Amino acid sequence: MAENPHSDPSATEPKADEHIAQHHHPDWKTYVKVGAVLTAITIWEVWAYYIPSVVASRIFVPMLLTLSAVKFATVVMFYMHLKYDHRLFRVLFTGPLLIAALTLISLLFLFGQLVARFGR
Amino acid sequence: MTAPAAHHYTSTGLDSRKIAIWAFIGSECMLFVSLISTYLIYKGRSLVGPFPHDVYTNPAGETFNPILNIPVTSASTFVLLMSSLAMVLALAAVQNKDLPKHTRGERVLGSSKLWLWMTALLGTTFLGFQAYEFTSFVHEGLSIRTNLFGSSFFTLTGFHGAHVTAGVIWLVTLLAIDYRRGLGPNDALNVDIAALYWHFVDVVWIVIFTVVYLLK
Repeated sequence: MAENPHSDPSATEPKADEHIAQHHHPDWKTYVKVGAVLTAITIWEVWAYYIPSVVASRIFVPMLLTLSAVKFATVVMFYMHLKYDHRLFRVLFTGPLLIAALTLISLLFLFGQLVARFGR
Repeated sequence: MTAPAAHHYTSTGLDSRKIAIWAFIGSECMLFVSLISTYLIYKGRSLVGPFPHDVYTNPAGETFNPILNIPVTSASTFVLLMSSLAMVLALAAVQNKDLPKHTRGERVLGSSKLWLWMTALLGTTFLGFQAYEFTSFVHEGLSIRTNLFGSSFFTLTGFHGAHVTAGVIWLVTLLAIDYRRGLGPNDALNVDIAALYWHFVDVVWIVIFTVVYLLK
């Protein structure tokens, strides 16, 4: 019969990788740099919105989506510490995110929004 | 019990509360993607204006300008991004509460109250921007019942605003605890969980800002 884990005094101690995960966070300088990068990307996005030649070009939509994805990933990795935390948290976040993204793409195909855009 | 190093036994070795908040955030991803999907499916299918990016003239001859106010929303986006920065600094201040602080800069960075206040204030400012935007839209003739754009826009941004409101309330409770007995390293996990929620609200807005406001 398996031993009751609650009776093991060592069970209350954090595992080595957890200990590292809880303490290996960036310092405030990194956080400020990340904030500056996020601000710069936002300025870039808004600048692109006001330049008619950029809006009319084929790169406008992919560029905005890429910049948005970079901002999203930056916040998740550095501010939410997913880059430094346990792998299980990454799975818990990216799993549903992947399902949601696939659902979004499927729905857009189903309702003809993506087909219409590719056709232009 | 509250100390991170003395939490109860779990098979993963990770605190159940942190696993729970990540699972919750995963489910919230699905909620917001469903709302964003709805917005995108209805995009460009409104029969009557006002429209987000185009001028509209109704049969009575009334002309409606493009409804979205990009400068105001850019400012509110910046405010929310900075609130995320303030939130990580609040978490770092709580985690490093016990470290000695010799300089004025270290004392400022180590003040959890200051950064929690800043985060709550910036969150409230964002909500103020949203209230202004909603009010001006209604005055310009766009309500939740006007057209497909109005319905999907107010539902999506309204849900997000409700999440920001819940986040501000959460931050205020943390501030109350900080004033009452002080937040220290033993409370770091509780602040971390609140911070994760707050950053999630921020990343959702990053997507909404691009999809709703910038993509024509």
